[in-house]
Amino acid sequence: MKRHIISILIENEAGALSRVAGLFSARGYNIESLTVSATEDPSLSRMTIVTSGSKEIIEQIKKQLNKLIDVIKLMELTDGEYIERELALIKLRAEGAEDREELKRLSDVFRGHIVDVNSHTYVVELTGDGEKIDAFLKAVEGRCVIEVVRSGVSGIARGDRYLDVAAS
Amino acid sequence: MELSGGEILVQFLKDEGVEFIFGYPGGSVLHIYDAMYGQDDIKHILVRHEQAATHAADGYARSTGKPGVVLVTSGPGATNAVTGIATAYMDSIPMIVITGQVPLPVIGSDAFQEVDSVGITRPCVKHNFLVKDINDMAETLKKAFHIATTGRPGPVVVDIPKDITDPSIKIPYSYPKTVEMRSYKPVVQGHSVQIKRAVDMMATAKRPMIYSGGGVVLGEASAGLRQFVRKLGFPITQTLMGLGAYPADDEQNVGMLGMHGTYEANMAMHECDVLIAVGARFDDRVTGKLAEFCPTAKIIHIDIDPASISKNVKVDVPIVGDVGNVLAELNKLLDLSSTKFGKQSVAKWWDQITQWRSRECLAYDRDSDLIKPQFAVEMLHKVTKGEAYVTSDVGQHQMWAAQYYRFNEPRRWINSGGLGTMGFGLPAAMGVQLAHPEAQVACITGEGSIQMNIQELSTCMQYGLPIKIVTLNNRYLGMVRQWQEFTYEERYSMSYMEALPDFKKLAESYGHVGMEVDKPADVEAALKEAFDMKNRLVFLNIITDQTENVYPMIEAGKAHHDMRLMPVRELS
Repeated sequence: MKRHIISILIENEAGALSRVAGLFSARGYNIESLTVSATEDPSLSRMTIVTSGSKEIIEQIKKQLNKLIDVIKLMELTDGEYIERELALIKLRAEGAEDREELKRLSDVFRGHIVDVNSHTYVVELTGDGEKIDAFLKAVEGRCVIEVVRSGVSGIARGDRYLDVAAS
Repeated sequence: MELSGGEILVQFLKDEGVEFIFGYPGGSVLHIYDAMYGQDDIKHILVRHEQAATHAADGYARSTGKPGVVLVTSGPGATNAVTGIATAYMDSIPMIVITGQVPLPVIGSDAFQEVDSVGITRPCVKHNFLVKDINDMAETLKKAFHIATTGRPGPVVVDIPKDITDPSIKIPYSYPKTVEMRSYKPVVQGHSVQIKRAVDMMATAKRPMIYSGGGVVLGEASAGLRQFVRKLGFPITQTLMGLGAYPADDEQNVGMLGMHGTYEANMAMHECDVLIAVGARFDDRVTGKLAEFCPTAKIIHIDIDPASISKNVKVDVPIVGDVGNVLAELNKLLDLSSTKFGKQSVAKWWDQITQWRSRECLAYDRDSDLIKPQFAVEMLHKVTKGEAYVTSDVGQHQMWAAQYYRFNEPRRWINSGGLGTMGFGLPAAMGVQLAHPEAQVACITGEGSIQMNIQELSTCMQYGLPIKIVTLNNRYLGMVRQWQEFTYEERYSMSYMEALPDFKKLAESYGHVGMEVDKPADVEAALKEAFDMKNRLVFLNIITDQTENVYPMIEAGKAHHDMRLMPVRELS
């Protein structure tokens, strides 16, 4: 089952998020991640949903989302060129000079930042697509992970593809 | 003019042309009821249970095409209404349900009669609103009516906290004549390329089939459908929800399809090469086993809801649009087409259908000493000349009503097809009778279903509604019993009802007329007597053959050609 990313422009109203989340649970659709926040226009929210399913199911998901009264427009990012980013905050056990040096080096390799330090932990901030974060977690696997907080995917299409209220 | 929130609601409903509100008062809506006091532009119908308010509004909507309006209080008022809201949602019925809510400052504090009405109803409404500011009241109500009645219709809930209707807070009001929503613009015109492709496909058909549903009724497209079917000369079958949109008595009509459809309709579905679905949604009770649904057919699907297209069955030519508009376009193209359509063009297919028809799948034992339920429905048809509005509950009696009361006009057959709500029939009949005071209104029900909203006999008395309740009383939850006979080796678990009330006396105690018959020879006379009492509600308890089954039957998960027919031994 292929991974699909759907971007939604939706009225920024109380309950809009639960309408979308409720649709996925009521109809038994997969949901890998969902992010939402207001846009430059405070009356609009932008949502990014990562889901998976057969071609027919993804078609249905898009139709059902479009049917929600609050949804203004949607686009499947994975239909074309796009950029996806996810933020992860990872708390690692970092004790002893050798370990601390190794974790610092790994964090640099992945272009992460250590944003909090005490005598025995680091917090690494990492941005990238899901694969990159998976790869970092694999690299530090089993050793020292205390906590992982991932934001879920946000995405945007490249070039002239975009979602806005006016364009039809 | 300066009005309070409660007064705005009442004034708005008047401006919107609402005739009836079906409701029940309670704490959170007292300001609204006070604002309604002393006016007679809108008639408020006081039901005996909030579920009945929603079904009555639903019956009003189904029989008129206008939206039904419901007003209930917060908490249990709202939760009692949920079954009726879900019923309307499943059958795409336009309805506005106004629920009272506890005052804004105490929302979320588990206040007395507080429930998250917006949350509870979210999965079974087309949309819902919580009014948080009196200044939004009129526009929100306008949006609610707009959403409920356009596109694929459906119920809309408007939850109004009590402080919003406070009589001491007044604001200027003017009726919003129009509303613009950037996020909601239903498609109404079908795509011309797809329409042309559809006509080309029809021209190639050797074994065509038209399958129409409730969308034709909702879209007021019955006249367009009749023209379309006659121009083509193809056979047509209807879903349970679509009955009446095409006349049952017309020769091209092969009857209802699906689980209890006719032999000829289901066989023709199985064998057809081009299927034209008009305002129907490929429900599981219609399709049977999906993997074997119309195995040799190319499918054209006309529907206003894009999400209905290719949801259950993959479609070859989708046409999204208002059914009436699309049929008008199709009819135009058919007139211009060089192809000679008509019954003659598919004569061999009609020969095959005639052969299937000769099985007479709806024949039943007419010499029985017991009253056959099919006979009772046929007699009802005879006595009412086929012109009554017929509501039903859910179960065997519903299927017999659909099969044997031959509906020739749309909006006459009113039943809960999608959700299958027992207790729907009597309150729905109230809405129908109020909308059509001079019409004959019959509620075909069973002794199980009628008890689910029997308290409404009291409402019928208060408003003088001369409904004729025709109870096919077999002392069983018949459809459950039938499934237990067929698939559970006759283990009749909980399908027999003991301690039934004396329905005749029960009706009389509410001030109505009660009658009872148990001999076939008495049925017609009893029905005549009942309908001759023009101003009285009559509860006619018909004691029927206890073990009669609904045939034909496609058991769950089987394909169209795999039907169980009436056993021959029962036919004389």
